[in-house]
Amino acid sequence: MHAYANPTRFLAIAKPLTPWLLGVGLLLVIGGAWAGLMMVPGEAKQGETARILYVHVPSAWLGMGGWTSLALAGLVQLVWRHPLAGIAARAIAVPGMLFCALCLATGSIWGRPTWGTWWEWDGRMTSMLVLLFLYAGFVALTSGDEGQRQGGSLSRGAAIYALVGAINIPIINRSVVWWNSLHQGPSITLGGSSIDGALLWPLGLTVLGFSLLFGAIVLMRMRRIIADNRVAARLRRLADDEGN
Amino acid sequence: MKAKHQRLILAAVALCGVAGAGVLGASALRDEAAYFRTPAEVKAGKTMVGEPMRLGGMVAAGSIRRQSDGLTIDFVATDGKASIPVQFKGIVPDLFAENSGMVADGRMRADGIFVADRILAKHDERYMPPQMGEMPKNMKLAPGE
Repeated sequence: MHAYANPTRFLAIAKPLTPWLLGVGLLLVIGGAWAGLMMVPGEAKQGETARILYVHVPSAWLGMGGWTSLALAGLVQLVWRHPLAGIAARAIAVPGMLFCALCLATGSIWGRPTWGTWWEWDGRMTSMLVLLFLYAGFVALTSGDEGQRQGGSLSRGAAIYALVGAINIPIINRSVVWWNSLHQGPSITLGGSSIDGALLWPLGLTVLGFSLLFGAIVLMRMRRIIADNRVAARLRRLADDEGN
Repeated sequence: MKAKHQRLILAAVALCGVAGAGVLGASALRDEAAYFRTPAEVKAGKTMVGEPMRLGGMVAAGSIRRQSDGLTIDFVATDGKASIPVQFKGIVPDLFAENSGMVADGRMRADGIFVADRILAKHDERYMPPQMGEMPKNMKLAPGE
């Protein structure tokens, strides 16, 4: 793991990996969306409405997975001071927030025809909205701060914020089990899936596809932060040379 | 090396503390964060007559009765342990059906009937393809349609 914490070695892997993640991810998302919209039948009770599942579920997964990786990066930054950890956390925040917002938006659009409401303050929806606010707070905390000028590392406050915010992830996951809610219970558990196989397989394609796209976006953003840092360092050296 | 281990232990202790606080908070919320009351909870006297509340449960089989004005419906909400008759005047969501979940906003009347101002349908976690023969009329089963 230490080997990949070196930005140069990281770049040597990230650069060729990015187009693959992007290409395969796009193919899987397009294939999964086609299958979900055109090939599988509508759900027995909800009809065509349930097809939004193929975007809603990957969005929820990446919104929550995004914060989980962001918190892990915060921990690595706090304990091991790896130079890449803060860069990774910064790179994850915006796409994570985007997927979290997509999850809330698709859920709202889905809720209107099925439940009969755009929004209710039940445990699942409220905790997911809290996650969106956590992301917004993290982006605000880390944009234009001191760390950006120090190689992209997080401030101690931002790293602790990322870790403390992670407490919301199990709450989102368990919200439909602990409290009775409008949102239904978990469909996919370790024990199996209560989504019938005929409707489930396009979901596998879109979850994997969006995850690869997410990976590609994070790698691109990390490379951009590293490039920015190098430019800033070079400008500083130039300025110092002129000063002498 | 030593400083790194110190930080790791400190982070682990702090994480345990935060997780513990989260669990305590969540368990304290257990009752308050509930989105609705079940019929058994209402029967157990957890709510007051006339107090605005949400009632959630299954619509009992064969219980939906439409009154002659064409708008008012009566049905029985049940959670398997207790049942409460519900009255609602208005339009219900498409998914509202017998043997299916629902959540109603409203209040208990002194005569034991729950008067709802609004009804939401609850979907369960199962997603099934439509079976041939028992398909709803206006739904198509056309692969590659």
